Amino acid sequence: MLCFVPIVSISNSYAQPSTSLDLLNNAKQYDGKTISYKGEVIGEVMVRVDYAWLHVNDGYIAIGIWAPKKMIQDIGYIGDYHKKGDTVEVFGTFHRSCSEHGGDLDIHASEIKTVASGSPVIQPISRKKVYLGVYSLILVLLFYAIKKFFRHR
Amino acid sequence: MILKPQLNDIKNIGYYLGRIILCIGLTMFLPFITGLLLFREPNPALDFLISANLTIFIGLALSWLCKTDRDLHSGPAMVVIALSWLAAMALSAVPLLLSGHYKSFLDACFETMSGFTTTGLTLVQDLDHLSRTHNLWRHLGPFIGGQGIAIIAISFLLEGTSGSLNLYLGEGRDEKLVPNVIHTARFIWAISIVYLILGTLALGLVGMSIGLKPPSAFFHAACVFMAGFDTAGFAPRSPNILYYHSLMFEIVTIFFMVVGSFNFNLHYQIWTGNFKEIRKNIETRTLLFVVMIVTLITMAGLRQMGVYSDGMIMFRKGFFQLISGQTTTGYMTIYAQQFIREWGDLALTGIIIAMGLGGCACSTAGGIKMLRVGIIYKAFRQDIKSILLSPNAIVAHKFHHIKTMFIEDRQVRAVLIVTLGYFLLYGLGTLVGVAVGYPFLDALFESTSAAGNVGLSCGITDTSMPAILKVTYIIEMWAGRLELMSVFALIGFLVAFVKGR
Repeated sequence: MLCFVPIVSISNSYAQPSTSLDLLNNAKQYDGKTISYKGEVIGEVMVRVDYAWLHVNDGYIAIGIWAPKKMIQDIGYIGDYHKKGDTVEVFGTFHRSCSEHGGDLDIHASEIKTVASGSPVIQPISRKKVYLGVYSLILVLLFYAIKKFFRHR
Repeated sequence: MILKPQLNDIKNIGYYLGRIILCIGLTMFLPFITGLLLFREPNPALDFLISANLTIFIGLALSWLCKTDRDLHSGPAMVVIALSWLAAMALSAVPLLLSGHYKSFLDACFETMSGFTTTGLTLVQDLDHLSRTHNLWRHLGPFIGGQGIAIIAISFLLEGTSGSLNLYLGEGRDEKLVPNVIHTARFIWAISIVYLILGTLALGLVGMSIGLKPPSAFFHAACVFMAGFDTAGFAPRSPNILYYHSLMFEIVTIFFMVVGSFNFNLHYQIWTGNFKEIRKNIETRTLLFVVMIVTLITMAGLRQMGVYSDGMIMFRKGFFQLISGQTTTGYMTIYAQQFIREWGDLALTGIIIAMGLGGCACSTAGGIKMLRVGIIYKAFRQDIKSILLSPNAIVAHKFHHIKTMFIEDRQVRAVLIVTLGYFLLYGLGTLVGVAVGYPFLDALFESTSAAGNVGLSCGITDTSMPAILKVTYIIEMWAGRLELMSVFALIGFLVAFVKGR
């Protein structure tokens, strides 16, 4: 029974991934604890020697993840305007003020699992916008020409 | 008796307003071209083509319908300025609304007013997926508004008449760098563009050294510079400056925030080799003194709360947010929630004082301004001395701002009226914030941030906040940037229109 207790508490902490809002609102309680956090990888991966910074956004805000370089090699898509990034679940230690990184609020990852792969976001050119843009440009040029014509007369 | 404005007055205002709107429309071609050719984002680029055409059409129509050769006097010039900032807000919000990243037109207007007034409070949704084209426009807003919307029109589209001078003065700038107003406007642009090149280069190189790829590093650098030098505080990613996790990036950003908060007249003196002015100027001396005081208050507060275990970390975090508040930039290396939940009342008070007092006059910074704080302090000292000395003694105090001047009662009165106006503005936003249910200190923090054109947030600014609060903050940002006078002129004009004979 005694051996069972820590297993239950750890599995409980992983059972439900924390949200960024929950982490920010209860940073003191989570400080130094092992947590799981799930969201989309966004922005850029910034490699710093053997480690790297990546940012995971759960829909509210992005939180910085500090991870060994080899841990992020499986990440295929990083979200931006052109792509939907991979959805990952990060397991690691939450720091409300990381002493290693100048007081930044971050998560030091011990494991990163890709939950869903990202994909390119195909955005066909909107014909409506093309027509509106071209017609309004013609209108403005016409108006300008008429204005010039009347000024010279 | 109040005189009703005549048709000629309205035409006069309409003509200059049209010219300024035309300028705003022309600037939209920059994101259109870069979006299409550089970023390869055709849909966002088209948003700007449509918006530019709409804006140019309105500008041309207004200036044609209201064509006049009459020069613009100071009163109507202030009305033009007040209206042109509202027009810039509404028309520049169109491409943002078309992006689909704003919940409503009001939210898009909030964003553009926040940008143009160099505030930096944001209501964008899913910023991390926003196109580079729209992101560039978000950051161009502060670069245009920081120098002044009318400054562009004066530089390129208006003649060097007294009307141009009145427009320049109406935008909250009461100092000419050189005798000719067009040359002054062009000098302001020249300084800004030189700094833009240097800043983008410096931040781009730092960006590359911290792991960003070159195109990304220079895009981030240009955006962060424009919003940093122009004391706005927008950033291309949702964690703001915390995104970069770099001390060097923070130091370079601090440098440009401070430089951006300096008076353009001081820049002119430095450029012409008068380095002594930095040491002698009342504004730089007051700024240094105020920063020392608020640093002490903030650090004492942080120490009291025990948020940061290490002294160096406490200083790094505390000083960055403080300088960001003092220069009215609004860049953050902590999350908004941390202000309220971790920093404590004393540290927040330090930041609120810094935000309320702001940067230097005739700069891109907001707040009451150091020149006014310095003059009030000198006048206060002069009055205390007069009381203590014999009734026959004549006490005169001087201050140095480009040249040495005596403090005059008329000047002190003008300074106190504007200062009082700012306090009323801070109070108005706080009142509305409290009325809709936010705690007093949170409401005061956010209101001071909006009216002082700062952009630091304790979490109130969010798409879910009540519309009445969004409108209040828009009014605060607008009035704060124009230093109230142009807003009063517009109100006076409307009253005269309704009640005048």
